[in-house]
Amino acid sequence: MTVNLSKGQAISLEKAAGGTLSAVRMGLGWQAAARRGLFGRRSKEIDLDASAVLFAEGQPVDVVFFQHLRSDDGSVTHTGDNLVGGAGQGGDDEAILVDLQRVPVHIDQIVFTVNSFTGQTFAEVENAFCRLLDENTATELARYTLTGGGSYTAQIMAKVHRQGGGWSMTAIGAPAEGRTFQDLMPAIAQHL
Amino acid sequence: MTAELVRGQNHALPGTDLTVRVEAALPVLAGMTLADADGRGREGWLVHGDALSLPGLLAPGRPAPAHDLRVDLARLPEGARTVRVWLALPSAGPASFAAAGAPRVVVGEAAGAARLAHTLGGLAAESAVTAVEFYRRAGAWKVRAVGQGYAGGLAALCADHGLPDAATLARRVLASSAAGTRESAPPPQEEPAPQPGRVDYRHPGRAGRVGPAVDVTHPGRPARPEPRPSSGEPAAPPPPVAGDASGWSMEERLHNQVWGMFEDLARAVAAYRGAVSFADDRLEREIDGVLADPRTRTGPAADRARERARSRQGELIARARAALDRDLDQLTAEAAVVEPALPPAFARWDNPVWHGYRVPEQAPLALRLGDLSLPERIGLRIPMLVRLPLERGLWIDAGRGDGPATTVLDGGELRREAGLLATAVAGRLLAVHPPGRFTVRVIDPAGSAAHTLRPLVDSGVLAEPPARGAAGVAAVLERLTERVDLVQMAVRSGAADALPPGLDTSEQLLVVHDFPHGFDDRAVTRLRYLADEGPSVGVHLLMVADREDAAAYGPLLDPLWRSLLRITPVPDDHIADPWVRQVWTYEPPHVPPGSAILPQVLGALAAARARLGGR
Repeated sequence: MTVNLSKGQAISLEKAAGGTLSAVRMGLGWQAAARRGLFGRRSKEIDLDASAVLFAEGQPVDVVFFQHLRSDDGSVTHTGDNLVGGAGQGGDDEAILVDLQRVPVHIDQIVFTVNSFTGQTFAEVENAFCRLLDENTATELARYTLTGGGSYTAQIMAKVHRQGGGWSMTAIGAPAEGRTFQDLMPAIAQHL
Repeated sequence: MTAELVRGQNHALPGTDLTVRVEAALPVLAGMTLADADGRGREGWLVHGDALSLPGLLAPGRPAPAHDLRVDLARLPEGARTVRVWLALPSAGPASFAAAGAPRVVVGEAAGAARLAHTLGGLAAESAVTAVEFYRRAGAWKVRAVGQGYAGGLAALCADHGLPDAATLARRVLASSAAGTRESAPPPQEEPAPQPGRVDYRHPGRAGRVGPAVDVTHPGRPARPEPRPSSGEPAAPPPPVAGDASGWSMEERLHNQVWGMFEDLARAVAAYRGAVSFADDRLEREIDGVLADPRTRTGPAADRARERARSRQGELIARARAALDRDLDQLTAEAAVVEPALPPAFARWDNPVWHGYRVPEQAPLALRLGDLSLPERIGLRIPMLVRLPLERGLWIDAGRGDGPATTVLDGGELRREAGLLATAVAGRLLAVHPPGRFTVRVIDPAGSAAHTLRPLVDSGVLAEPPARGAAGVAAVLERLTERVDLVQMAVRSGAADALPPGLDTSEQLLVVHDFPHGFDDRAVTRLRYLADEGPSVGVHLLMVADREDAAAYGPLLDPLWRSLLRITPVPDDHIADPWVRQVWTYEPPHVPPGSAILPQVLGALAAARARLGGR
């Protein structure tokens, strides 16, 4: 079941996942900039970045992004920075895996964000999407189409948070502006 | 006594009259195939039930969660050189071993107590698997843990074992077992089809069929629990298996597994420490909040607020500790299976593998340089493996550091321990390399390390006696410098065959005692050259030194010390991991006191060298 969300829509996915979530993956994909002319490599590359910020009671305590690919506790892993994008046909160009069972006990929220590092707005990037999957069942929990999402360079995508003994997810989809996750911190704070 | 075999491992058999016990979580089929000296099967070389039998080999023909197979290796048919034991899933069962759990095979002598066990971990889409094989090597029968699965099922397995007409054979085996209860299984078409709706009064043990397979469980007891559904509650972690990592060889898999354990321990403890420090900070914040407000500073409300803050802190720390204990228990269980499976280069000196020491045929991937542990669980020790050839030299610090243990020993004892450690490390490096491929030279200018060098000197594994005095130091350093220079030139110009004849191209280790005694400025410069340039062309340095002794050089030698990997003769906290930079307690790989293992191993090496030299 895929929830196709428009911006600003927030839903709890605890029940939709058919039980408690134990591992989730955030995927980000986009189409590489077209290569034209003799010196095609000089075409303006598009670099989108996926990040995950770990919060404990509203305090950011760790972050996973292209310069810190694994959280110190090992529970959140980034598969690696992609600087140019791919075919944008549904495959993830960057992914962040969260092993919820191993997340330290004091972490209660994990926020996923997307930034345009090279500065193109989502209006200029073709076939850009981000999605959240239940890693165990490979079912898509939520998907956002970023392309056509207006002239923004960042999006606060979703958060997973502790609820009872397990985890649930809230899709946020709030547009923002910024080059890396640091620029988004004030905007993220509104959604904790 | 049961010895656990890891995949690919072989072991001598206790005898030739064997029982093979097969255990699985669900009913499985078990049988054997034979192969000749070329590894090919022949017509009729598959044993399963009474219909397919051979002298000396016995396998039941029905699916069951446990089987006892008999193998008498003395009665094999003419030409048979290998017996392979296979397991397969019956056609009525699950489609793959992923749902059947890890089966286990225990091999024992029919009349003896010694057992060899192998757990078939890591099976997924396979529906047939070669579990173990018995084969003849140099006149003796041995067993090898194979664990090769086949997604193509029994037909693919039979084809791989070289049996003629594999597909038909496999169909026949599966059909006969699906036919159910009878010990002897004729082809299924002979079976009269049961009438639907009719009660079958025939005895299930004699003839006919009562269902797709025999139900061996007690009628009053529930059957084995169903495998857990993949969603929902997290399943208990599977029992750890040695070699459970990626790699081309068992050695590489174990190396990667050890490094994986190292990283997991670092991160599990980082998670715990992060949670504890957060809980402490929060307690401080909350108590500050109570104190900051004059209305709540005193009185019962304040006490209650403090109490609440403290209990919140305690509760968070307790949860963090529970998560940590879960992870540490898993890693401790993993260490308990990995440690005994390690090859000599990775094993502690007290590992039995050293008692069965054989001169290796190729250099190992890495070397154990000690143990690492964290205070959260002292007993959980991770082997510290460094890749070979060494990328940087080693420095055994004979100085009094600031560690707690160094205050117990006086300077002389510390030096002695450092000397013993240097001998153990040099001896281990010699022992894990093929004879003649690794050479150790020793500089001992004042002869102060003569006693600790005894195992190396007495066994005759050193290239030459330890160099004494300033002249000896200069001579050794000059030769090694020349070697490094020549090999570098040859490498740069791509002319390896132009090296002068007689140049020793084996890997070299220079052990330096008593630095800087006996070193003049020229010798110090040469030593630094060796430390910088040597590792890339196979010349390594092992310094046993107290930095204080070289204090007269001032900061000039700091780059030298920094370029070496520092290890200590007593446990010390100075090694940081590459992931979260936690400080680990390092324990040196000392030979256990009173153990004669090092002279014994070096003696075996010297004997092998003598044999090679005499050929």
